[in-house]
Amino acid sequence: MIVGMLIHLLLLLLFAPLLAGIIARTKALFAGRRGQPVLQLYFDLLRLARKGSVISKTTTWVFAAGPVIGLVVPLIAALMIPFGTLQAPLSFDGDLILFVYLFALARFFTAAAALDTGSSFEGMGAAREVTFSCLAEPTIMFALLVLAKLSGGLSLDILLGDHLNASWRGGSGPALGLILVCLFVVLLVENSRIPFDDPNTHLELTMIHEVMVLDHSGPAFAMILYGAALKLMVLGTLIVNLALPWATPWWALNLLLYLAGLVLLAMLIGIVESVMARLRLVRIPQVLIGTTLISVFALVLVLR
Amino acid sequence: MPWLLTAVALAGLSGVPGLFMNRYGSGGERIACALIVAAALCGLGAVVQVFYDGDPLLLAWSWNIPGAAFIVRLDALAAFFLMPLCLVAAAGAIYGLMYMAQSHHPENGRQFRLFYGLVVAAVMLVVCAGNSLLFLFAWELMAVSGFFLITADDQLEEARKAGFVYLAASHTGVLALLAMFVLLEQGSGSFTFPAAGLLVAQGGSAAAIFLLGLFGFGLKAGLIPLHIWLPAAHAAAPSHASALLSGVMIKTGIYGLMRLTSFFSEIPFWWGGSLLALGALSAVFGVVLALAQHDIKRLLAYHSVENIGIIALGLGMALVGRSLAEPLLVMLGLGGALLHVVNHGLFKSLLFLSVGSVVQATGTRDLSQYGGLSKHQPLTALLFLGGAVAISGLPPFNGFISEWLIYTGVFSSAGKDVGGGIAILLIAPVLALTGALALACFVKVFGMTFLGHPRSDAVVQAKEAPALMLAPMMVLLGFCAWIGLLPQTLGPLLLNAVGSWNSAALEMPTALPLQSLTNISVFAWVLLLTCGVSIWWLQRRRHHVVRSLGTWGCGYQLPNQRMQYSAGSFADTIVALFHFGLWTRRHGGQARGLFPVGEHLTCHTPDIVLDRAIIPASSGISWLFVRLRSWVQNGLLAFYLLYIALTLIFFLLWFM
Repeated sequence: MIVGMLIHLLLLLLFAPLLAGIIARTKALFAGRRGQPVLQLYFDLLRLARKGSVISKTTTWVFAAGPVIGLVVPLIAALMIPFGTLQAPLSFDGDLILFVYLFALARFFTAAAALDTGSSFEGMGAAREVTFSCLAEPTIMFALLVLAKLSGGLSLDILLGDHLNASWRGGSGPALGLILVCLFVVLLVENSRIPFDDPNTHLELTMIHEVMVLDHSGPAFAMILYGAALKLMVLGTLIVNLALPWATPWWALNLLLYLAGLVLLAMLIGIVESVMARLRLVRIPQVLIGTTLISVFALVLVLR
Repeated sequence: MPWLLTAVALAGLSGVPGLFMNRYGSGGERIACALIVAAALCGLGAVVQVFYDGDPLLLAWSWNIPGAAFIVRLDALAAFFLMPLCLVAAAGAIYGLMYMAQSHHPENGRQFRLFYGLVVAAVMLVVCAGNSLLFLFAWELMAVSGFFLITADDQLEEARKAGFVYLAASHTGVLALLAMFVLLEQGSGSFTFPAAGLLVAQGGSAAAIFLLGLFGFGLKAGLIPLHIWLPAAHAAAPSHASALLSGVMIKTGIYGLMRLTSFFSEIPFWWGGSLLALGALSAVFGVVLALAQHDIKRLLAYHSVENIGIIALGLGMALVGRSLAEPLLVMLGLGGALLHVVNHGLFKSLLFLSVGSVVQATGTRDLSQYGGLSKHQPLTALLFLGGAVAISGLPPFNGFISEWLIYTGVFSSAGKDVGGGIAILLIAPVLALTGALALACFVKVFGMTFLGHPRSDAVVQAKEAPALMLAPMMVLLGFCAWIGLLPQTLGPLLLNAVGSWNSAALEMPTALPLQSLTNISVFAWVLLLTCGVSIWWLQRRRHHVVRSLGTWGCGYQLPNQRMQYSAGSFADTIVALFHFGLWTRRHGGQARGLFPVGEHLTCHTPDIVLDRAIIPASSGISWLFVRLRSWVQNGLLAFYLLYIALTLIFFLLWFM
């Protein structure tokens, strides 16, 4: 189990920043630029970790709690989710709830840290973040219910485990397809991607997640960037496991398949970011409610 | 049993010595506090005895009122309600020594303490009563004493109004309960409570009993749309009274529903279904209404409605589980509901007490006046944060554990093809929505109150609360952390309580998912330790290398405190999304012309049921009757003579 934990954590810590690089490279390709190196985030993290930081006088310890919890939560949550055919090292019945609520905890402290600065822009970002999550959360539950219904299990390890292959081939393909779409939308919301949020804009008024972290710098900012990358990989794992339910007899090949799936997912995100414009803020709730309804249909399909 | 009776007597009499003491002295309040603490310890002794022995404590004396008997019975189910009562009552009594010192409240302090003790004793009796008449007696004592806690500051019109609405609602509820107990007596043949699972639910009579109970107990618990009395009452009462009322007293409604449903051998499906519907409504709209509030105590009061909704969801799930003969649903549903009763008692009173400390330091309950209080009240801020994380249902605190139990019930039924499934399955998204909204609300409250810059001068003057007020809150937070970090210690107690509600629930075909509680405990510890150490490390670095400047104002050079994001704007999008159920009133806020001058914006969200339906309806009725009276009683003598003549003729015709 200890070995399993170490492999899980190492894989996560080493591989996650690559995904951000792939997204950026994809976007650059679409825009006809050469783009930054794929390993740029690794360099950024190293550089930031060595830097000093500037901190607002208004802030308290809560300001430090935001980045820390944002980094720790994906690490802990990763222990409950299988990476391809690598089983989750700390799986138990009912861990899916803990998985969802851990990310809620991170959201609580990220938003609180934003409010800690007293800046109106960061307050605005915090308000938007918690608002849109309210609409994304029921979708996740519906998706998990569909998986629980199909697998008969109570842990993510079983929900995303062997039953998927049979379920896709059996009559449940359409339902799984629908929740795949829903989970992809949730992934885009939770990781503040276009069309819901723009990680690159420099207009504070239009940002959500990036505006919340405006005042962080140095190691704290490194933690935030790293935490965001880890979160992308952990939530992306949900989708990759769901979409690629094949297992070969060789574990190394399985692992490669899983990592390739993540890279594909990152490219997909890059493509979406390149071909879509950011949604107007008032449209976001409508899209999210629509997604929830799609997930309801998925549940109806498996209950029928 | 002597423990319990001593506890009731000590608590009930705790305010009496103070009545004979100096109005300005502190002797009476110290005696009262000591007696309440002693009563709480005795009560906890009884709880420990019940859980240790595993058998209910029973005492039966005769009582020479027809139909009545002094039967007191403390089983594991009642013990789950007694436990938070003892903790909250003692914490509130100690807190009150400084919060409502007799020397500062010579005119109402002694009266307040008398009724505080009476409420504690009455709630103890309510959860232990084994006879309908004793139950009603204790219920009425609790209701009336509660009125005096709410109207402690009766110089304020707000408190008097809140007390009046409470009294009216309370007695409407008692009316329903009276009818319910009469019907119950016809079914069981005696006013003594039947043993669990003894009554057969036959058609109309059982349905009437359930509906009357749902109305009477739901009114006390505050299920939407019966929550009308709750927000104003909890806002008006002194903070430690709010903690007692909100943390403990409203749970007697839940206790009543649990006890009532335990009598029946089989449960029709619609009982659980209707409780699920009411629970979902209360949970979602409770928290949305809370988000729209500006008054911090009113906001907390609406969160009580939300949490009662969550408890009702758990209870509804257990009832549906009984109709479908699914012991796992019964176990996890009732276990979650019971644990949430305890949890809500702990974190809600913690929140009310810490808000009391803020209100006392700043002199206002208006959220938009706060800001930056954690610099002035660091410990209060930490304690409030603990309560906020717990009530949002986040790990590693206790709120997560009870919600986890309910969720696990839902997901286990999803995997197992339970009939009537969809009603159960919908609990999960409803709970998720509620949890996310509660998180939004508590980020807002914590951020607007304790973080950022002060928004008014009142905050700048604020001082940290004295140790006597902080210590009880720390104890409550300690219990929240205990349940969150070591939930496996409560597993056997929950099994015991569920068994006393419905013994069939313990005949489990499969292994319980309760051993997962140990895994959750491991995760909670890892989370707490990793985060704690890392935050500490980052804070230490902060003192070494860092430059401190003002917050980055995006280039704007002259920011001021009023330009911070406000509580109203934080919640605005969500409130707009739920406009269909809130009907928030907005005035002003439209900038006109090229160079707009000053503009005001006010938002107000009245209660959907009380302010939108009941008050307009009752004022319409009273208008009608005023009209009728002025038409009938018009001051003309001839008309009065005509009435007499008409009456006489009527009777003459009648008796001929």
